[in-house]
Amino acid sequence: MAWLIAISPVLGIIAMAMSASHLLPVFTSLVLNDGTTVLFVSSMLVNFIFGLALWLATRHHRRELHIREGILLITLVWVGGALFACVPLLWGLGLSFTDAYFESMSALTATGATLVAGLDRLPPSLNVWRAELQWIGGMGVIVLVVAILPMVGVGGRQISKAEIPGPMKDDQMTPRVTQTAKGLWIIYFALTLACFACYRLAGMSWLDALIHSFTTLSLGGFSSHDASLGFFNSLAIEAVAMVFMTLAGINFATHFMAWRQKSLVSYRRDSELPYFLAVLAVSVLGITAFLWTKGTYPEPLTALRYAAFNTISVATNTGYATTDYAQWPVFAPLWLMFLGTFVACSGSAGGGVKMIRAMILYRQVFREFNKLSHPNAIDPLKIGRQVVANQVVFSVLAFFFAWLATLVSMTLLLTLSGLDAITAFSAIVASLNNIGPGLDHVGPAGNFSVLSDFQTWVCSITMVLGRLELLTVLVILTPAFWRK
Amino acid sequence: MRIVILGAGQVGSSVAENLVSEANDITVVDTNPERLKTLQDRLDLRTVTGNAAHPAILEQAGARDADMLLAVTQSDETNMVACKLGATMFNIPTKVARIRSADYLSHPEIFSAENFAVDLSICPEQVITDYIAKLLEFPESLQVLEFAGGRVSLVAVRAFHGGPLVGHELQYLRQHMPQIDTRVVAIFRQDSPIIPEGKTVVEVGDEVFFLAATENIRGVMRELRRQDKPVKRVMIGGGGNIGRRLASAIEHKYEVKIIERSKGGAERLAANLARSLVLAGDVTDEELLEAENIGDMDVFCALTNDDENNIMSSLLAKRMGARKVVALINRSSYVNLVQAGQIDIAISPAQATIGTLLAQVRRGDCVAVHSLRRGAAEALELVAHGDAQSSKVVGRRVEQIDLPAGAAIAAIVRRRGTPAIPGATGAAARDSDVIIAHHDTLIEAEDHVIVFVVNKRTVPRVEKLFQVGVGFL
Repeated sequence: MAWLIAISPVLGIIAMAMSASHLLPVFTSLVLNDGTTVLFVSSMLVNFIFGLALWLATRHHRRELHIREGILLITLVWVGGALFACVPLLWGLGLSFTDAYFESMSALTATGATLVAGLDRLPPSLNVWRAELQWIGGMGVIVLVVAILPMVGVGGRQISKAEIPGPMKDDQMTPRVTQTAKGLWIIYFALTLACFACYRLAGMSWLDALIHSFTTLSLGGFSSHDASLGFFNSLAIEAVAMVFMTLAGINFATHFMAWRQKSLVSYRRDSELPYFLAVLAVSVLGITAFLWTKGTYPEPLTALRYAAFNTISVATNTGYATTDYAQWPVFAPLWLMFLGTFVACSGSAGGGVKMIRAMILYRQVFREFNKLSHPNAIDPLKIGRQVVANQVVFSVLAFFFAWLATLVSMTLLLTLSGLDAITAFSAIVASLNNIGPGLDHVGPAGNFSVLSDFQTWVCSITMVLGRLELLTVLVILTPAFWRK
Repeated sequence: MRIVILGAGQVGSSVAENLVSEANDITVVDTNPERLKTLQDRLDLRTVTGNAAHPAILEQAGARDADMLLAVTQSDETNMVACKLGATMFNIPTKVARIRSADYLSHPEIFSAENFAVDLSICPEQVITDYIAKLLEFPESLQVLEFAGGRVSLVAVRAFHGGPLVGHELQYLRQHMPQIDTRVVAIFRQDSPIIPEGKTVVEVGDEVFFLAATENIRGVMRELRRQDKPVKRVMIGGGGNIGRRLASAIEHKYEVKIIERSKGGAERLAANLARSLVLAGDVTDEELLEAENIGDMDVFCALTNDDENNIMSSLLAKRMGARKVVALINRSSYVNLVQAGQIDIAISPAQATIGTLLAQVRRGDCVAVHSLRRGAAEALELVAHGDAQSSKVVGRRVEQIDLPAGAAIAAIVRRRGTPAIPGATGAAARDSDVIIAHHDTLIEAEDHVIVFVVNKRTVPRVEKLFQVGVGFL
């Protein structure tokens, strides 16, 4: 209990901040007069009063947090944040609590899975709210993965402490989390602004540009249209989206370094980046060739257009679609889902295993091979020129096992509740890796509203598990965590 | 010459040993009195115990009227400070420092006269690494030495059955390869030198030294022995300073396996090297060598800091089928013992590095010196200054020069067009012609003349020839 009281003031502040973030939809509804002003203002007040009360009641107990309290706080921020944020969705969309919570969790984890149909007819301020939640979620995720998790060392995250090249090291990105967070947010904000301008120039309306720039940079994937980006059917908009999705899929620490040093050297030093780009490029070309030879798109350039956009979108865990790619010959959508599990770089808002862990796992396999043929060899696992400590490799292996176990058990849970295999599997892959749409019933053409309440909760939990890198959440469930 | 040597470690003592024999006045400074005592017992020199970077110690060592300061202690910093002191306090004209850290070496400006005042920096480990890397490039050779910034190479090769020239007179080389100009400068048969003439017959087992423009080396080598397969796989025994440098220098060119005894050392190696396979184990462990396919290795280099270990492991490697074995051997008596036996090449670190220093000690304008055959012979690159009156070489044909017996002018590197800048090397030397010397070749002013001296005792007379007479001044 003492812990909960210690972290309560922080939660109170977060609820108040969440209340402040209602200002944007309030403003939108005032300008567009879409009749949701009362809704948002009341939600804002609920949040504010709750936060203030929590803060006032517990503010004297505020102190430096221990690592365990920190871990608990991280989980509570997302679980509680989704709770605060679901109020307008609950009232405004007439959703059940289960569904509203799912939608707001999907937003805050930057997943992008939705169970709202008829997005085009929604009051614009609600779409703004959904997009803004993703943007805020992405902001939180980036600070979490770049600054906080490396400090805690979850799932081999400590590697990125050493990975951060150059002057950063003596600057110690970690002890001054606030400073780092500010720097990262400046980058995030600047990229969002650039993305907004590009979308506007490419022909989107002000509102659409705002919503989509929010959900592009956070790799969230909410759209204000049921047809997602396919609605616009504009090559220019797709190109802008592809560029910014790729940029947002890169480690933000690398962007940060480039900005601080005013040079592009940090991109060359980023050991994940070449693999990230190579996997994307090879997959785009491969899927283009596949779709073309299968006759899905008789024109090679059309095939390239659709393959490139949807591949980048799913691989970076954004989840936009320009077509119902679930209808492609089955290899292609499965390949996309597979990419979505590992392609995003470690310091981005993308989900899944992350490229760096995939690289470590891959090298570890070859290390075992090497051990068989050269028993005396000293063969450290290296990423770039950096030696990865065995401890980190073990953490990564543990993370990967937890990831796999979650994937399997949650899929089984969904099939147990009566869902068909492809829908269940793809829904879990999409939730666990924060991709957004799955395949079949939950594919880009359908949505998650087909799920029962139980299944919706399973997906909500899976999203937060995946978002917070599994172990951060799972550790809370262990008795050792609560032992004094 | 009055020389102060700082540091009586491996480099310091071998340099002292080499220089003492040339009638130099030597003082050695070290912090370890025992080391100095063994040195003093063996050689005719003066010793001073103390920190080499302290002014008082330098003063005591006679820095005030020294001609040269050789700072070769283990510590780069001590060496640099000593050079600076040598410059500001004692005005020593030539200051040489051993600098090992690549970090210092990548900023040459810190060695300038107003900074640390290091006239020449040497890194013995790097010299040996380059030396071995060169041998791997020409696996048939025993030694490859460069002159004139790499334009001319002196190569030692053992003549084998099957070489077109073997069993023939040297002049046959001319007929056989009219387009390539080369000169055989010496032949060592059973360790005694033969001054080659046109009628000299090359026999199996002869160690032939020839000189040619670097691009022609392969062609000449083919005349003396069948070409070996190019080196592909290299195993290095010992991951110390030299082993590590060598591995990182060649790992992108060859398949490299490197064996290091200490676990910690092996881990550090593995962290630093990009592609080499690092093995933890003993270089004399037969099972390890067997497991790592020693029989398929093109070259095995034993580079630990233990002579006996190097000899034993390279003998073992040879017996187990390594095509060629190279051993690093510090003790000169061992070198004589094993060279030309089972071990293909014995490298003496002292001999490999002494050349750079000797070039500083030599009188006359000496650009490069290579010490050969354990210091018995020497090859020098000297610059001919002056004119026909003041110099004993300029304006004369090779046959007119009064060279001592056993010394031969092998080649001349002449700058194209305008007379060369004195002491031109490197970039300037590339802009020049290589002339293989014949009896009627005329030597001009500012030519770089490469002289091969079979017997080191005659070196002073050669130096003297190249000194400009008083009249010139």
